[in-house]
Amino acid sequence: MLQQDSYKQHISAQFNAELEAVKNHLLEMGGMVEQQISRAIESLLNRDSGLAEEIINNDELVNQLEISIDEECSRILARRQPAASDLRLVFTISKVTTDLERIGDEASKIARQAVRLSEEGGSPSNFVEIRHIGSYVTTMLRKSLDAFARLDVDMAVDTIVSDRSVDTEYATAMRSLITFMMEDPRTIGPVINEMWALRSLERVGDHASNISEHVVYLVRGLDVRHIEPDEVVAQVEESRRRD
Amino acid sequence: MEHHAIDIQALRRGSLKPEQGTPPTSLAVNQLNLFYNDSQALYDINLEIPRQRVTAFIGPSGCGKSSLLRCINRMNDLVDGCRVQGELLLEGEDIYHPRVDVASLRRRVGMVFQKPNPFPKSIYENVAYGLRIQGINKKRVLDEVVEKSLRAAALWDEVKDRLHESALGMSGGQQQRLVIARTIAVEPEVLLLDEPASALDPISTLKIEELIYELKSRYTIVIVTHNMQQAARVSDMTAFMYMGKLVEVDTTDNLFTNPAKKQTEDYITGRYG
Repeated sequence: MLQQDSYKQHISAQFNAELEAVKNHLLEMGGMVEQQISRAIESLLNRDSGLAEEIINNDELVNQLEISIDEECSRILARRQPAASDLRLVFTISKVTTDLERIGDEASKIARQAVRLSEEGGSPSNFVEIRHIGSYVTTMLRKSLDAFARLDVDMAVDTIVSDRSVDTEYATAMRSLITFMMEDPRTIGPVINEMWALRSLERVGDHASNISEHVVYLVRGLDVRHIEPDEVVAQVEESRRRD
Repeated sequence: MEHHAIDIQALRRGSLKPEQGTPPTSLAVNQLNLFYNDSQALYDINLEIPRQRVTAFIGPSGCGKSSLLRCINRMNDLVDGCRVQGELLLEGEDIYHPRVDVASLRRRVGMVFQKPNPFPKSIYENVAYGLRIQGINKKRVLDEVVEKSLRAAALWDEVKDRLHESALGMSGGQQQRLVIARTIAVEPEVLLLDEPASALDPISTLKIEELIYELKSRYTIVIVTHNMQQAARVSDMTAFMYMGKLVEVDTTDNLFTNPAKKQTEDYITGRYG
């Protein structure tokens, strides 16, 4: 099992510094993406197209970070031949950058819907669902990044389990938005835009859950992708018993 | 400790690293050819070795990497029938110029070999040796240099209580660090390391590698190694040699992630031969 301070114990201080640096770069990317998502939701709720444009422009930085961090990872693999927990760390970081970059893309998509909604006027739903699911998935994202930073498996598992609620909420939101459209066809335009934004938020939840799965792999060496949340809980407990 | 905050300006340029200038050249090798009697060992080598960086020579046995290393402090002069053509400039001065004093050249260019070769003397006397032959015998000066060199070689804490015991009682890894301390005691500009860790266990090897990393802030270091992973770990620049020719030289990052020549790729990925 991987422990919090084990990066600082290599004979090579330079190797410590490289791992520490790439880990911190990933966390900074996480912070940047978190901000992109919460500001994208804000731009949608306030129909602020200026803020939305800013978010769309910033996506370039997120993309560049993905490239740069992956470069750092490949440099470490080529030069240090990391093993065991070090290998899992580098591998995990490279995987997490992909999820973060995609969350960044979702933030841009939400911002684009914000621009459209600011042109077309508000939605009859008053964005209740966006507000609700938005706050839910931003919490998931923050928890999955915290879980990575602190190597906290419990928090990661928690996030994986909570993705199920997002899916349920999403289905409910879809139904209620369809009702609006059936009641008044003039709302179809803005409601569809809102649906796209909701779809993006639901995807953010999926990516946050992926990041948490990577954290479980990083800390315990267990691959918990593509299995049901209950099974994830069971496997983690099983592996703890073997400690 | 390194600063980790992301530099947004650097990121916009497409990199996380702050822009770095190229370091000045310490050693320049121009059209160097080396012959042992009738057989040619090195062919038209052109290479610039940056100051205060680690440059590694890698390549299969007999590729000429050690021969090239030995040219840098004229160790090849000791081999019968050895002839050098071309130029080798240390800080702009040709080291093969007839007026060059070889003894003083070797003070500027220190060398460490594969097998640790401490003298059968005390730890203290091993490090002080270079100064004594320069005629320096003042105890205060010697004490100071011995301590400074042993500290720089990351050995002081392990031996400070037994400085006057024989160096031959040390472990292999300690002996090699002692030899490095002896070499840097005379304050050379360049350190040549010929397979410095190949006779050591993995932990001692990592200690030597860490030492190399620390020493490069003060010295230009050139290392020959059979161990490609070691070159990847310690060096800033890597030169790949094959059959007496320099095939490719690049930053270690580039050479080990995306070499330009197929021969290099084959060697570093274990497809050679």
